[in-house]
Amino acid sequence: MKVSFFPGCSLEGTAREYGESIEAVCKNLDIDLEELPDWNCCGASSAHCTNEFLSVALPARNLALAEESRQDLVTPCAACFSRLKTAEKALAEEKDIDLGVSFRGDINILHILELFCRDELTDHIEQQVTKPLAGLKTVCYYGCLLVRPPKIVAARHWEDPHTLDRLMTALGAESIHWPYKTECCGGSMVLTNTDIFHHLIGRILDMAIEAGAECIVTACPLCMANLDTREEELSEAKGTNYNLPVFYFTELMGLAFGDQDAGTWFNRHIVDPTPLLKAKGLL
Amino acid sequence: MPIQTSVVNKDTRFRDIIVETIGPEIFDCYQCSKCSAGCPVSFSMDILPHQMIRSVLFNQQEKVLAANTIWTCASCETCTTRCPNDIDIAKVMDVLRQLQQESGRPSTVPKVSQFHAAFLGAIQKNGRVHELSMMQDFSLKSGDLKEKLKTGGWKNDVKLGLKMFLRGKLKLLPHKCRAVADVRKIFNQAKEHKKA
Ligand code: SF4
Ligand code: SF4
Repeated sequence: MKVSFFPGCSLEGTAREYGESIEAVCKNLDIDLEELPDWNCCGASSAHCTNEFLSVALPARNLALAEESRQDLVTPCAACFSRLKTAEKALAEEKDIDLGVSFRGDINILHILELFCRDELTDHIEQQVTKPLAGLKTVCYYGCLLVRPPKIVAARHWEDPHTLDRLMTALGAESIHWPYKTECCGGSMVLTNTDIFHHLIGRILDMAIEAGAECIVTACPLCMANLDTREEELSEAKGTNYNLPVFYFTELMGLAFGDQDAGTWFNRHIVDPTPLLKAKGLL
Repeated sequence: MPIQTSVVNKDTRFRDIIVETIGPEIFDCYQCSKCSAGCPVSFSMDILPHQMIRSVLFNQQEKVLAANTIWTCASCETCTTRCPNDIDIAKVMDVLRQLQQESGRPSTVPKVSQFHAAFLGAIQKNGRVHELSMMQDFSLKSGDLKEKLKTGGWKNDVKLGLKMFLRGKLKLLPHKCRAVADVRKIFNQAKEHKKA
């Protein structure tokens, strides 16, 4: 299977282990990711908070590029996914703004989790599992933009999604049902409204712990960064001691597939997940 | 905060701009408050989402643009997803933020606009966002750095920055994509749109 890949800006930086694990997992599954040549930033929240035209035109350029390749476009970032889908809808409705690009809408735009959940890949994934994640208690954290608004992103279950939970179960992990699957991590508020941000991530971490999770599984670089890199800071602010590992779901796929490089991905985390994985006999 | 129904502004120009972008569904709002009930940051807002919608319909421009609501809204799309009348409340927040920034009036939470300016500046410069230089730009221009130098908050930033660097998570130099000429063209077009 060959698809166009839109990595998004953080994959070369803060989300490096996400990119590395995606590459490894796709190799295992015979998925050929062809990076969209000359892609540009989707504009993220800053564009839609500032200028309507920018918020559509920036992602639209990428859609036009992807359509030239005639392959489905896959992105690992929930925020990029949301902007690309929003632009797709705006172009379909041909709102009276001329964006200077042509896009017929002949290709699908997918978050990479949706790609892995395609029927034809489900068996393939199960066959690849050589080291089941037995005994690992996870909560799946989807965040906002992977499922909302459902009319834009075409989510089937937006209040209680299951796709990631099913995938974790297929890898042999335990996926605990919890009520904060789609709560908000605060997005870019981490830099601008610190107190509100702390409140948001604090309640997610507290609920995960209360649910009995040993780690949180994410599918978005922003959710990951907001949780993994800020636990220490939050602990200081609240006088507590958070130490809950957070994973990209693809890292756990790679681990269950027996990938030799998995250790290097985990070494990039701020909250060190290796003691947990070692205790489970997974590393 | 009680809504003052007596303060209905008869000049509908403000409301018209919003209706044009959001659609006429906004008139269907029956104040069920579902949007506010699910909003994860409602505790921080001086005017709640359902009150904002009401105020927009009443043309209370000054009041809604001065609310901190538009700057603490996290764009999580919960309100839009749950509204029984298909009102895109999150997009109303977008339009209000855009109008507030265009008005040139000081914002109640200036750091948010400054962050967006730094982020968009980074896209304009390289076509993609180089995280490290974008953060530095924001930190300098917003006075965040100055503030942290005073409070000692810089120590945490340095500590985290160092950890990220050691773990290979900080890319030191920006990647310039060849898309940058196209991207700048898009920014110029956006300026023209604003004028129009
Ligand atoms: S959920 Fe919709 S109808 Fe209900 S108060 Fe909010 S905007 Fe109005
Ligand atoms: S989009 Fe904004 S107003 Fe709506 S629920 Fe989320 S934070 Fe609240």
